[in-house]
Amino acid sequence: MSDEATTAGKSYLTPFNIVAGIIVIIGLFITVLRFTKGLGAVTNLSDYNPWGIWIGFDLLVGVALAAGGYVTSAACYIFGMKKFHSAVRPAILTGFLGYALVVVALNYDVGRPWRLPYPFLVQQGTTSLLFEVAACVALYLTVLFIEFSPAAMEWLGLERARNIVVKLTLLLTIFGVVLSTLHQSSLGALFLIAPSKLHPLWYSPYLPVFFFVSSIIAGLSMVIFEGSLSHRYFAGKMDETHLKERQGVVLGFGKAASLVLAGYFIIKVIGISEGNNWHLLGTSYGLWFLLEILGFVALPSFFYAIGVREKNIKIIKWTAAWTVLGIVVNRFNVCLVAFNWHLPSSERYFPHWMEIAISVFLVTVGIIVFRFIVTRMPIMYAHPDYPEEH
Amino acid sequence: MSISRRKFLGWLGAAGLGTALSKTARAASNKRFDGYPQSSGVLFDSTRCIGCRKCEEGCNRVNELPEPDRSFSDLSVLDSERRTTAKAYTIVNRYDASSGAESPLYRKVQCNHCLEPACASVCFVRAFTKTESGAVTYDASVCVGCRYCMIACPFEIPAYEYNNAFSPRIMKCTMCHPRIIKGLLPGCVEACPTEALTYGKREELLRIGRERIRRFPERYVDHIYGENEMGGTSWLYLSGVPFKDLAMREDLGVTPAPRLTSGALSGVPIVVGLWPVLLTGIYAINKRKEKIEQQEKEQAVAAALEKAGAEAKAKMTAAMESAEQQKAKAIEAAVGKALEEAAKAAEKSASDTQAEDADKKSSEEDS
Repeated sequence: MSDEATTAGKSYLTPFNIVAGIIVIIGLFITVLRFTKGLGAVTNLSDYNPWGIWIGFDLLVGVALAAGGYVTSAACYIFGMKKFHSAVRPAILTGFLGYALVVVALNYDVGRPWRLPYPFLVQQGTTSLLFEVAACVALYLTVLFIEFSPAAMEWLGLERARNIVVKLTLLLTIFGVVLSTLHQSSLGALFLIAPSKLHPLWYSPYLPVFFFVSSIIAGLSMVIFEGSLSHRYFAGKMDETHLKERQGVVLGFGKAASLVLAGYFIIKVIGISEGNNWHLLGTSYGLWFLLEILGFVALPSFFYAIGVREKNIKIIKWTAAWTVLGIVVNRFNVCLVAFNWHLPSSERYFPHWMEIAISVFLVTVGIIVFRFIVTRMPIMYAHPDYPEEH
Repeated sequence: MSISRRKFLGWLGAAGLGTALSKTARAASNKRFDGYPQSSGVLFDSTRCIGCRKCEEGCNRVNELPEPDRSFSDLSVLDSERRTTAKAYTIVNRYDASSGAESPLYRKVQCNHCLEPACASVCFVRAFTKTESGAVTYDASVCVGCRYCMIACPFEIPAYEYNNAFSPRIMKCTMCHPRIIKGLLPGCVEACPTEALTYGKREELLRIGRERIRRFPERYVDHIYGENEMGGTSWLYLSGVPFKDLAMREDLGVTPAPRLTSGALSGVPIVVGLWPVLLTGIYAINKRKEKIEQQEKEQAVAAALEKAGAEAKAKMTAAMESAEQQKAKAIEAAVGKALEEAAKAAEKSASDTQAEDADKKSSEEDS
């Protein structure tokens, strides 16, 4: 994955481009199959299991991992932590691409994607939490687009438009935090309707709170994780300020992540107490639950704290990657593993390889577009015409 | 004043009626919904069901569903447990009761037409409607195909046309809504040869159910499934064995589905109203902190400057003073010196005069 390929005159056959190219070709092939033969041809979905990994991964994990946008911009512009300024643009870009891909993925998952505007234009089912999710995701995608647009406008030389948008920064940030609070929590609240299907250790009236708090963890960890990848592959695109502030961002976000993980651990324990589900911890689902909250919540909280105390960037980076994996585990548990736990194993869901391929395809498209943008637009460096103010 | 017994009882009755009426009024508010009055339902008596699958056939015919994979007269399909599918709104399953009393047992599965349906509450295009007839109907013309209704349904009823690429629908029993509004019986009820299915007003069906339980207590479990489950359903069940032996869930509770999400939904406007205030507040506090910091910095600089200025002034004054003193001293010294010189000069001139005088004297004496 090097940006050499974007330089004219050099070979385009880098290992990254070859792998990405193959994935994209397979993805396009399955896309055609999906939209001509229907969901049944490419998925293992069934009447018992109407939601698979296109919801569990592409929607739930995708939205959670795109939380870096609102977390970073809130830290910088609302909480006044200006030393994180250089992290805002990459986080906004990741958030924007993440949400855009979520919407693309939904087009694959719903039966009649051309009707996706119906909840707004034809008939509003306002008692549905999915309505809230849809409304907030649509609005927030717009907000992220506007928040991202100054970078593109600087690149295109649209100075006046860019200056107008920059003036809206605070307003957009507040709007973004409100919308994110709502839909991050609503994704958890989607499952409140099904206490009879979701295992009691994961079902809780606090599900919306769990999803919201863990989205902050996901956002913080994703900024660190993605920042370390960017530093590895796009260091040439980073200016002095970005490189200078990078360590501060990793340490600051690591400290915040450690604290929020600790808080999340506590409310998860409160969740068990609320349902008085202690006796279930001894079952096989209980052991899996313990692995989740000890291995993917308590452990990273501890390692983040050590990394920050010792100023060990390496520990923090690895912990960030582990925490991101933990978010995937949690969302999969709620949506797939602990959902329908009462059914016999023959009726349980396991994704078809083509479902996995589409998810991989969409992530790959995201990386390609990310690379296209950061190698061209002022994301990791300040534009020379607008120094020190983006 | 004396009150007759009759009068007293009359007042008591009126008071009692008043209390009852006010209760009715409260029940009519949106806090609790007991179903549309006069709405219909079906009572399924599992003790009468013989597993003939005639109801499946009748349903298939009146709803014009696709041909089944195996014919309705083939009873071997009962060997495995089935569920409703996109091709079958209703199916019959066979169960062997653990108590072994009246094996085999049969149960008909179809939409229960909840009084407050989960599917209708979670649909973001309101494709489902609880009609006043009692039926929960579905409108495919607005359905986006998100399948959240299938996630939400506690009875696992809605099925989906996964193999339809261009117009996939949710498929589920409609209680034959188009037929019942015309005064016809639902297809399954009409086809049942043993009167295991009874169609009627839900209130009436509950009365019939209770009556059967009262008259044959040894034949029935003392419970009408669906009277209160998930807030009540239009489809009601009688059984001779515990309902869990018919694979019916006994842990669903009596809370209507919409109440499970009402708390989360009520949080939405609060967040919308409060978050901007909170966030602007945090922003303002930080802004103010920065401003105060700036001011303090400026003040400190000003104070430092002032102090330095004062010190310089003092130094200057001291220097001036010492210079003045030196000057005065110099003048004094100069004056002293001048006086001394003057004195000396005076002395000298005095002695000169003396000498002159002496000279004069001597010269006078000489002459």
